[in-house]
Amino acid sequence: MLKQYSFEETAVQTFDEKTSLAMKTENLQVFYGANHAMHDADLAFPKNQITALIGASGSGKSTYLRSLNRMNDGIATVTGKIWYHNVDINEPTVNIYEIRRHIGMVFQRPNPFAKSIRENIVYALRANGLKNKAELEERVEKSLRGAALWDEVKDSLDKSALSLSGGQQQRLCIARSIAMEPDVLLLDEPCSALDPISTVKVEETLLELQKKYSIIIVTHNMQQAARVSSQCAFFHLGHVMEYTPTGTMFSNPQIPVTQDYIAGSFG
Amino acid sequence: MEQTNFQLKKQKSQSNDWSARLHHATRATREDWMGKGISYLCIGVIILVVASMLWFITSKGVATFTQNHVSLTKFLFGTNWAPDQGHIGALPMIVGSFAVTFAAAIVATPFAVGTAIFMTEISPNKGRKLLQPVIELLVGIPSVVYGFIGLAVVVPFMRHVVGGSGFGIISATFVLFVMVLPTITSMTVDSLRAVPRHFKEASLALGATRWQTVSRVILRSATPGILTAVIFGMARAFGEALAVQMVIGNAAIMPKNLISPASTLTSQLTTGIGDTIDGTLPNNALWSLALILLLMSLFFNALVRVIAKRGQLKHER
Ligand SMILES: Nc1ncnc2c1ncn2[C@@H]1O[C@H](COP(=O)(O)OP(=O)(O)O)[C@@H](O)[C@H]1O
Ligand SMILES: [Mg+2]
Repeated sequence: MLKQYSFEETAVQTFDEKTSLAMKTENLQVFYGANHAMHDADLAFPKNQITALIGASGSGKSTYLRSLNRMNDGIATVTGKIWYHNVDINEPTVNIYEIRRHIGMVFQRPNPFAKSIRENIVYALRANGLKNKAELEERVEKSLRGAALWDEVKDSLDKSALSLSGGQQQRLCIARSIAMEPDVLLLDEPCSALDPISTVKVEETLLELQKKYSIIIVTHNMQQAARVSSQCAFFHLGHVMEYTPTGTMFSNPQIPVTQDYIAGSFG
Repeated sequence: MEQTNFQLKKQKSQSNDWSARLHHATRATREDWMGKGISYLCIGVIILVVASMLWFITSKGVATFTQNHVSLTKFLFGTNWAPDQGHIGALPMIVGSFAVTFAAAIVATPFAVGTAIFMTEISPNKGRKLLQPVIELLVGIPSVVYGFIGLAVVVPFMRHVVGGSGFGIISATFVLFVMVLPTITSMTVDSLRAVPRHFKEASLALGATRWQTVSRVILRSATPGILTAVIFGMARAFGEALAVQMVIGNAAIMPKNLISPASTLTSQLTTGIGDTIDGTLPNNALWSLALILLLMSLFFNALVRVIAKRGQLKHER
């Protein structure tokens, strides 16, 4: 029997004017047909920091994350505001391709294309009009270095991406995203299909990447959230219950539902 | 005390029986043997039938060369087909068959791929509810119906528009185009649906447009499947006899253009087979045409296998 928690009692931090934000949502609602999967999400994400979204399976973390770069278009109805550079990118008139160029996404399951390692990275650049060979090569190297994969694959760029290990594939997906030089990187449980050693590598990569990018990562691994994030949002049944600095979340959770979740005595 | 003794004894007797117990047949093992026996028998019968068919056609087909001493080059490259007078140049029919097959495939493939993309990527709902049943229906229509429509509509239309008799390669191409279109389309749809969803998602998340995603990711990874679909369509066109025979005009002469009567291997076979006597040159010559058909269908099969292998390798490498 699942314990009932009040959705009225929440603890969501806001930021003062001085904090520069990568993006922010206001009153975000997501509906899958009649299923109201996300209620009133008001979250702000500081620049050049890692924010973790945690919560039980089915609590709406992916639903929320996918709304941020309009990947829910055609799948769900999203209302509310998504502020990015003072533009509400949830407006239907906004160019979604441009948005996804600036707000990249890495998925739970490593999903490189059945192309060579190089082609995987070049694909998106070409799709966005970059043609210069030398520049493409340069971007390939830069992004692979950024994803800490360069040393492992620099001699086999023409090998199929599918011949890489799971961890390498995921870092290739990260490389593919950062090759577009986005502002924000969204990651949906990027390590859940990986072994512990690959997980550590990806986490190290993320900690390095936050210097250049603002990162929002969904994870159901609380240790991972504690290791990499600066703030942490806890989702419960489609509601954002608590949003606090990671230290606070894990040492001094503010409301009963978070306390129970962190203590592992949920429901 | 007595009881313990008894138990020990029982255990002992049981353990002695273990070997017999674990070896003796039960209903389950007998069912296994039966099942295996029946399936081997079936496979054996099928292999026998196929092998004897291959043997039959081959031995009959080579009789032209071994018994009637026609040279293979004359058969393959000769253009005069008059078996009664001993002339058996099969090139007109070979050219006819290849011409209608390739023309039909070339015309049908873009339509098929376009329709398949519409059905899977642009409007999956309409695709499933509207087009899928139509295509399944079209696949099931017997070829004589296509031939009849060709005869009643296409041939008069051609006669009207370009003149001549209206019979010819272009009419045959049109009929075959309509016939292979549903085959190629439905197989292309299958191969597009088999492309993992996460490829599409990955591409869209990188800011690629829907068109870029379809053309560079989805079509690309479905290419082996699409090629297979086209080859199946070509195999169907190459082997189609009745419908082609009804609209091509059946003149065993080198086709000079697309609108004069011509013939294909199959149409010549069905036209000629009733008029010949077993064991004579005209009869053997027709078997040689059948042999070419057989070899071509083996070739199409081999091609499909090669493509499947290649596709797999590409994924693993
Ligand atoms: N594509 C979809 N179509 C319909 N409902 C969905 C879809 N994706 C998720 N949902 C629903 O939305 C809710 C939240 O799911 P999700 O965001 O995937 O949770 P999480 O990522 O936290 O595990 C669930 O009730 C789920 O059934
Ligand atoms: Mg999820």
